[in-house]
Amino acid sequence: MTKPVVRVAGAQGFWGDWLEAPYRQLTGGPVDYLMLDYLAEVTMSIMQKQKSRDASLGYAKDFIPLMERILPELVKRKVKVTSNAGGVNPRACAEAVAQVARKQGLAGNLTIGVVTGDDLLPRLDQLLAAGHPLANLDTGRPFSDVRASVRSANAYLGAAPVVEALRQGADIVITGRVTDTGLTLGPLMHEFGWRADDWDRLAAGTVAGHTIECGAQSSGGNDLADWGRVKDLANIGYPIVEARPDGSFAIIKHPRTGGAITAAGVTEQLVYEMGDPHSYITPDCVADFTTIQLKQQGKDRVEFSGIQGKPATDKFKVSCAYFYGYKAVGTLVYSWPDAYKKAQAADRVLRQRLKDLGLSFETVLTEFVGVDATHGPLAGPPSADLAEVQLRVGVRAADQEPVDRFTREIAPLILNGPPSVTGFAGGRPKPEEIVAYWPALLDKREVTACVDLVRV
Amino acid sequence: MKKRQPSLTALVDIAHARSGDKGDTANVGLIAKQAKHYPLLVKQVTAARVRRHFKGVITGPVERFELPNLKALNFLLHGALDGGGTISLKTDAQGKVFSTALLRMKIKVPQ
Repeated sequence: MTKPVVRVAGAQGFWGDWLEAPYRQLTGGPVDYLMLDYLAEVTMSIMQKQKSRDASLGYAKDFIPLMERILPELVKRKVKVTSNAGGVNPRACAEAVAQVARKQGLAGNLTIGVVTGDDLLPRLDQLLAAGHPLANLDTGRPFSDVRASVRSANAYLGAAPVVEALRQGADIVITGRVTDTGLTLGPLMHEFGWRADDWDRLAAGTVAGHTIECGAQSSGGNDLADWGRVKDLANIGYPIVEARPDGSFAIIKHPRTGGAITAAGVTEQLVYEMGDPHSYITPDCVADFTTIQLKQQGKDRVEFSGIQGKPATDKFKVSCAYFYGYKAVGTLVYSWPDAYKKAQAADRVLRQRLKDLGLSFETVLTEFVGVDATHGPLAGPPSADLAEVQLRVGVRAADQEPVDRFTREIAPLILNGPPSVTGFAGGRPKPEEIVAYWPALLDKREVTACVDLVRV
Repeated sequence: MKKRQPSLTALVDIAHARSGDKGDTANVGLIAKQAKHYPLLVKQVTAARVRRHFKGVITGPVERFELPNLKALNFLLHGALDGGGTISLKTDAQGKVFSTALLRMKIKVPQ
């Protein structure tokens, strides 16, 4: 029998989000699913690197102790989990979760679904040879520009394989690169029996997923409209989708938690990372954000209705990561009097020295934190009386050598540059490898999602 | 008697905003606090005006989309993030506070 409502709780908005959130979402009130989103654009390349060093890694490692903590409650309350914590190695992630579950005596009580098929790295040359250009979606550049330096390549899968894993009885669904929204839409399609061409309902589930995919950003966190009025951020409740079979839903949070669910705060999340609002394209459908009707329905409850969708496209988005070069950022803090002038003078000295050393960079970027780092020239001229200014200089180059040399040029300024300087306790800046993001499109027929079960 | 001129009001007083990134493009969602102010945003906060506002900050064009259902405008600011994501050297590499930079703009609001 179809449930009258299904509650999907946002429990992680990115890899590094609040570790307390999943436990609190699970135990703070009734929920049916926990949704944990771990993957940002370049996360896959970091995981690929970890896997290349150790074949048993390549997933969000935090997920394992987190599951260890919540597994007994999860089983007791019959709450299911959807997560893309699997990264580039979902099977190893599932096996690690199964191990901690067995240790807790949960053998025979838990089934883990594993979604794979998104990894295109081993097939790249075959795809190119078959005439799939994988040109850069933003710039149109040909893939041949970066082919030799590609570190990871994954298709964004949608809700379909999540639905299939749930249909086969999975209690925990661990995926590779499944879209953030698919992790919420999947449970709703499964529970309500929504068809894969029911575009309005699929769009509604997609909007629901978008609303909770960044965790507390829709429940009072990073909320400019309500800032100052939002109470008890220390105890913030993460957002929960309370969905109904007709595609309408509410965003709520558990009682006795901090934060706030307001139409204004939820609207901020709706426009976050938005492109053309008429066409929010996912593998599952094309959602029209201009059809969303919002209504504040009492405290901490916003109702969504009227959402319309259009048919899905015949392409998957592909996310590649490729080696780009090196960068480093150095900072020093200058104090009153004339803090800004001293910082500017130090920047001139530094640039002269870099030039005299004959170092060549793609970019040297100077920012004065306290003056122009966030708003540039829009901030206007600073007060003459600033207490301090942080000089922040970044460099980027194809080769490591000039970047390494730059990192040796910051500390000397403390004794041989302008006066009243401090804030260098962190030591020399560290050169960093830049792994950049390459978006592309690929014919859907080239990708087959795969679902396996691991029985604990 | 001289007709009273509409006063100049900073967007921060009548709107709120959130911004984010997609590659080297920053998006800014600008939302009217009250429905009566949305038409003022539509009329005055044009793509061309936003492009001028961010002169010296962004290198590419500005696109605008309307969401009357949410009292919101969505702006795409191209060439805003020094290459974007991991490439960028900017403090605000992910365009998180382009929102508040847009709210500095002043528009005419009838008294």
